[in-house]
Amino acid sequence: MLVDIIIFFLGFALVLYCLLGGADFGAGILELLVGKHNWKLVDRAISPIWEANHVWLVLVVVILFMGFPSVYSTITQYLHIPIILLLVGIILRGTAFTYRHYDARKDVSSKAYDWVFRLSSLVSAFFIGVIVGASILGRISLEPETFYEGFVRPWFNLFSASVGLFTMFLFSFLAAVYSMGESRMKPEKQLLSRIARWLTIAVVLSGAAVFLIGEMSNLYLLSRFIYSPIAIAAVILTAIILPFLWRSLSAGRGLQSRLLAASEMVLVLVAWFEVQSPVVVAISNSSNLTFGETAAPEATLWQLVIALFVGSLIILPSLFYLMRVFKGNQIT
Amino acid sequence: MEDLLYARLQMAVSLGFHIIFACIGMAMPFLMAVAEYRWIKTGKIVYRDLAKAWSKGVAIFFATGAVSGTVLSLELGLLWPTFMEHAGPIFGMPFSWEGTAFFVEAIALGFFLYGWDKLNKWVHWTSGLLVGVSGVASGIFVLAANAWMNSPEGFDWVNGQAINVDPVAAMFNDAWFSQALHMTIAAFVATGFAVAGLHAFLLLRNRDSIFHRKAMKIALTIGAIAALLQPLSGDYSAKDMAERQPAKLAAMESHFKTERYADLYIGGIPDQQNREVNYGIQIPGLLSFLAHGSFDAKVTGLEEFPEEEWPPVLITHIAFQVMVFCSIIMALVGLLYLILNWRWKERINRRWFLWLVGLMTPLGFIAVEAGWTVTEVGRQPWIIYGIMKTEDALTNMPGLEYPFYLFTGLYLFLSIILIWLMKRQITTLEEKYESV
Ligand code: HDD
Ligand code: HEM
Ligand code: HEM
Repeated sequence: MLVDIIIFFLGFALVLYCLLGGADFGAGILELLVGKHNWKLVDRAISPIWEANHVWLVLVVVILFMGFPSVYSTITQYLHIPIILLLVGIILRGTAFTYRHYDARKDVSSKAYDWVFRLSSLVSAFFIGVIVGASILGRISLEPETFYEGFVRPWFNLFSASVGLFTMFLFSFLAAVYSMGESRMKPEKQLLSRIARWLTIAVVLSGAAVFLIGEMSNLYLLSRFIYSPIAIAAVILTAIILPFLWRSLSAGRGLQSRLLAASEMVLVLVAWFEVQSPVVVAISNSSNLTFGETAAPEATLWQLVIALFVGSLIILPSLFYLMRVFKGNQIT
Repeated sequence: MEDLLYARLQMAVSLGFHIIFACIGMAMPFLMAVAEYRWIKTGKIVYRDLAKAWSKGVAIFFATGAVSGTVLSLELGLLWPTFMEHAGPIFGMPFSWEGTAFFVEAIALGFFLYGWDKLNKWVHWTSGLLVGVSGVASGIFVLAANAWMNSPEGFDWVNGQAINVDPVAAMFNDAWFSQALHMTIAAFVATGFAVAGLHAFLLLRNRDSIFHRKAMKIALTIGAIAALLQPLSGDYSAKDMAERQPAKLAAMESHFKTERYADLYIGGIPDQQNREVNYGIQIPGLLSFLAHGSFDAKVTGLEEFPEEEWPPVLITHIAFQVMVFCSIIMALVGLLYLILNWRWKERINRRWFLWLVGLMTPLGFIAVEAGWTVTEVGRQPWIIYGIMKTEDALTNMPGLEYPFYLFTGLYLFLSIILIWLMKRQITTLEEKYESV
């Protein structure tokens, strides 16, 4: 029960990280895609809440190490290399974005910020996916005999890469939909709407590739999938929403597209969670780590729940207020 | 063994980098709040310009602090998974509250940075103050975690497992209050003197600038008061430590023999083999007094501990001396400033005084880094004092020198860019603000 509440918060934080932080990453990738126009899309879409967006990731990490410590320590130990690459990406994009915005002079240096920001957004999004993929794939070995087996094989494979690719497309899709909504100029809006539709296709195809490569890697996602009514329902809903999203994008309806895209995102995460649960980290030749078995002592879980409840009461209204005050306003 | 060394170095570099931005994030909002308050009260545009100019710098530093903090939250697991696996459920509680503080800080910062023209003046001012309050709160929370490593409480350690975990008792451990107090004041000392020093240098170039004069005044007043309080809080920390971690105290004072009327060494190079201190100035009995409040108190020496449980004596001792040395100088300069400001205001703008303040720029941050070296190196070889050795907490990932070089290189690179960015902020001040 206590564990379920914490899983709920974990999922909630993850969803918000993907919806808000993911769109930040996506905005960088999107700037790459529309590179020749050199638009600062991300500035417009996210500036006032930028500072808060990445805290969701910190929250996910804290919930993991306080509530499910061996999940945290197993991931950090055996996925050391992709986590480092993710962190390098996070450092570079966070700083490049802010420095670009606040640099007192706008000169050639802003070109450098642009490129660092864009490339590191791409790299970070990719490695978030790789880390998630590697956690499900089940090639982590708790008693590795070689460096390769312990620290490379778990994540250096086609399946993790496909999840990485999927994440990249998903995040840039979100960013495209968001910035289309923000966009005030017609040609820009049209281009973004077109890109958003292409990215919708890319998300669907790369999602299918994840399943396919999973089957090839002996990770039988499909068979787990058909036993989970919730996952099936989520995917059916995703499919139903898709044509509406498409129409809304073609018509350039900002708010509607955003809501539909965000629901798609949530549904994807729900389906993924259902397919994967109760396993959090799959381990080769040994028992998988589940939320239930790795949970911290009850006294700790209680404190975590209290902190999360009180925190939500403070954070959610103020975040909402922040967005309301600044919604759609251009930044000076 | 090599890997352990690199992991420790990487931790030291990452935390040493992060703490600079943490200090700025805790103290700077209050400096801005003073400036903005003056603006609202007096209507003088120079104060508004000052608060705005400072806020640009704060935004840049905040982002750097945020990414380096995010890195830390994963780095603890990358390097010390065994530690985190056991410690996470025990000392995680302050981190879970810190999360809320971070959110409040980031949200308030959003209002502050983007709301200059959109919010009511007092609402805007309050949002700035909230950035500072939540910054200090997050610092105090995270210190509970560090203090727990020095003073582990709230669990029973049986056969290498923690049972009867009580996170509340762990959070309210013995070391928390003294460390949180000392660190919070340190943030104001370091930021106050660094900002004052910078504006003093700018005043030397442009002696009539009211902008820089007001800036130096606000920063130096706060820094001076904090610097005068800091030795008191440091003394309290030392007394606390003498009870809790006598080995650390002995190492930082290079005190080898357990004795009454123990002498205090000022300076000096400890010789670990012969268990003596060379070249130091010796003050009879003072250590007993400082550590326990009376000259005949017995001070535990390093000889009470097996040699493999000694912290690195030389590093701890030197770091402590550096912190105290910086502290005394800053306290004296701070006192001088308060006296001049009381009776001889015109002398504040003299060349010699501006030079003196300018030279203080790095001192507070040097003291912070040195103080942390005392705390962290002085805890060795323990990662959780008396419970878990640092070497037993290390990841089994080999080749840790590469991540160490990578992060060190990255942070060096960021430091260079930051200095360059600040230079650009400063050189464009005159174009942007008339009052400069
Ligand atoms: C501006 C910075 C600054 C200044 C002026 C001082 N300190 Fe300090 N000191 C720190 C900044 C600092 C710190 C922020 O770096 C530490 C590291 C851990 C902590 O809580 O504060 C610290 C730790 C620290 C510790 C170790 C605490 C522990 O491990 O539990 C002691 C005993 C002292 N200090 C004592 C002093 C004394 C006697 C000072 C003056 C005479 C002094 N400090 C000035
Ligand atoms: C909540 C705050 C902090 C936590 C949880 C923390 C945790 C740790 C951990 C886990 C280690 C590695 C194990 C060890 O060497 O014992 C370490 C080492 C170290 N940390 Fe901290 N630390 C904190 C704050 C700081 C700060 C702010 C600084 C410096 C500015 C710092 C400086 C160091 C140094 C120098 C070492 C290396 C010590 C050595 O190995 O000799 N720490 N810290
Ligand atoms: C004693 C040492 C520490 C102090 C005093 C401290 C204090 C602070 C402060 C004041 C901030 C606000 C950001 C800013 O103003 O730039 C911050 C940011 C952050 N710190 Fe630390 N911190 C310490 C150590 C740590 C450690 C050990 C961790 C990781 C486990 C950590 C994680 C973070 C994170 C994730 C952020 C970013 C939060 C945000 O985005 O607002 N800090 N820290």
